[in-house]
Amino acid sequence: MRDEEKKLCQEPIIEARKLTMAYGSLVVQKDLNFKVRTGEVKVIMGGSGCGKSTLLQHLIGMMAPAAGEIFFFGEPIPSEEGRLRNLRKRFGVLYQGGALWSSLTLAENVALPLEEYTDLNKREIAELVDFKLSLVGLSGLGRRYPSELSGGMKKRAGLARAMALDPEVLFFDEPSAGLDPLSSRRLDELILSLRETLQATIVVVTHELDSIFAIADSALFLDSGKKTATAEGDPRKLRDDENAPSSVRKFLRREADS
Amino acid sequence: MSDQGRQFGVEVREEEGEVVWSFSGEWVLRVASNQRRDVYRKRLVHSLREGRKIRLEMKRMKDWDTSFLGFLEALRKTGVNEHGCTFVDESVPDGMRKLMNLAKAVPEVPSEKSEKPDSFLTQVGLGTVGVFQGIRCYHEFIGKLLLDFGRLVLGRASWRTKDFWLALQQAGPQALPIVTLLAFLTGLIIAFIGAIQLQKLAADIFVADLVGLSMTRELAAVMTGVIMAGRTGAAYAAQIGSMRVNEEIDALQSLGISPIQFLVLPKVIALVLMMPLLTAFANVVSIFGGLLVAMGVTDVTVAQYHWQIVGAVSGIDVLVGLFKSMIFGVIIALSGCYRGLRCGKDAASVGRATTSAVVTAITWIVVFDALFAVVFHILGI
Repeated sequence: MRDEEKKLCQEPIIEARKLTMAYGSLVVQKDLNFKVRTGEVKVIMGGSGCGKSTLLQHLIGMMAPAAGEIFFFGEPIPSEEGRLRNLRKRFGVLYQGGALWSSLTLAENVALPLEEYTDLNKREIAELVDFKLSLVGLSGLGRRYPSELSGGMKKRAGLARAMALDPEVLFFDEPSAGLDPLSSRRLDELILSLRETLQATIVVVTHELDSIFAIADSALFLDSGKKTATAEGDPRKLRDDENAPSSVRKFLRREADS
Repeated sequence: MSDQGRQFGVEVREEEGEVVWSFSGEWVLRVASNQRRDVYRKRLVHSLREGRKIRLEMKRMKDWDTSFLGFLEALRKTGVNEHGCTFVDESVPDGMRKLMNLAKAVPEVPSEKSEKPDSFLTQVGLGTVGVFQGIRCYHEFIGKLLLDFGRLVLGRASWRTKDFWLALQQAGPQALPIVTLLAFLTGLIIAFIGAIQLQKLAADIFVADLVGLSMTRELAAVMTGVIMAGRTGAAYAAQIGSMRVNEEIDALQSLGISPIQFLVLPKVIALVLMMPLLTAFANVVSIFGGLLVAMGVTDVTVAQYHWQIVGAVSGIDVLVGLFKSMIFGVIIALSGCYRGLRCGKDAASVGRATTSAVVTAITWIVVFDALFAVVFHILGI
């Protein structure tokens, strides 16, 4: 699957320039400049309420920046509906609780994007859905409804749906929220093996330290006090780097303010 | 697909007792068309025979995505399960093999839901059991409600006056505009239809009797009931239903607070108090609507209309209407709250709960109205 081509290509897939996010006059974060490179796992981290999820909303084009720009594949996110729809086909989003449609079975949930965006026939959709469910370890459960699944299963099912169209970028909103340490670790491993096998670029919003250290190639720290990103880089290095801003080190070392 | 790079295909050949599936070209969604895939699938299935060894060859493959893997894995499943074939995948690219292994990492859970629908007898049986369970649950609910009402009367219930005022506000003043509008229009319509017929008999003045009696005794209460079922009953079911989805009901119960005392009682009492007031108001407005038609279409004057109404409509008629509206209030509030409390834990069941709250309420309103008609007739009221 275009392996060589993709490894060579270190072009940023997403780039934010002087991005300012605001709800009305309330500025959440300002002056964000960062790049997400093709094939990397980028973690957006920070304390609760720092604007992580808002940033995710901006990246997937659900909210428009108050100032600055976000580039996808070298082009600004289009505001026009049809082109935005085309762009959205190229990425998948896993929401916090899985956000499965409760009136559809698991298989129907995963099949919906395929029915909408491809001209595959029923049989091929069924085959593909089976395969995607087996990738996330849910094979044979396609006929269940979301209400019949545990929290971890819902998340994995949401992941199967997010991957339905073989997206180039996968966004995860708090993947480990509400999971026990083991399931959360299994999900991290799944994310890594998907990155490796599907060659997808992955953007994760989280504050779980264990996940951050386990999966991140690079992390962006959003400071809720200064209202901007104060650090970017390998989280393991940031933790041990004495020159890094103290708020980042405290965050990564779980040190409370004394 | 004119250029060579946009082709995809598969070749089946036999080599040293093995079947070789040799894939080539670009097996990706945007290139590989449905019809061609179907042809290839048939060709590949055809080569699956008892106990054969199948070698996968992908040297000439340029590109692939998971749609190819879905295609291949389905074939492999058929081959292994139905024909006992073995697959050799040495020449499969690394990335693809990793994905295949990932897909096999967790064994398939045997499907516990049977494919075919239940037989007719099973369905009837399950349906009957369901009906009895429903009746049982409803009685349990009514029982608890009565017990909690008793506690409330004795002053031992967890009762929040603020919530009660809010419920009163929602069930009363906020419903007034729509009730006014519809009552006014109903009065207008009845008077209009009546006036045209009565004019033929030169009995124009009886428009007042028609509007006054039909509205006070029957229509005002039923109309208000239907409006409130759609407005307030649905709101109760949706609110309590989403509280259930959000585990707010569980939170109340875990604190030892009865959701019936906390949520249901204020709503029921508010609606029972407000329904007669709304109905009384609807009476007045609809009679006024009738007056406009009587004056516009016929020659009846305000004074004539007034005296005719006073003569035709007795206090008993008005009280019968108001009494019925109270009962309707109980029906609406109970079906809304009951359906909300019995709601499942997902978004779709909130929708079902709301629908069934409205349908239940309107059905019982009509049934009770018919019962009242018979009972009042026997009692001579």
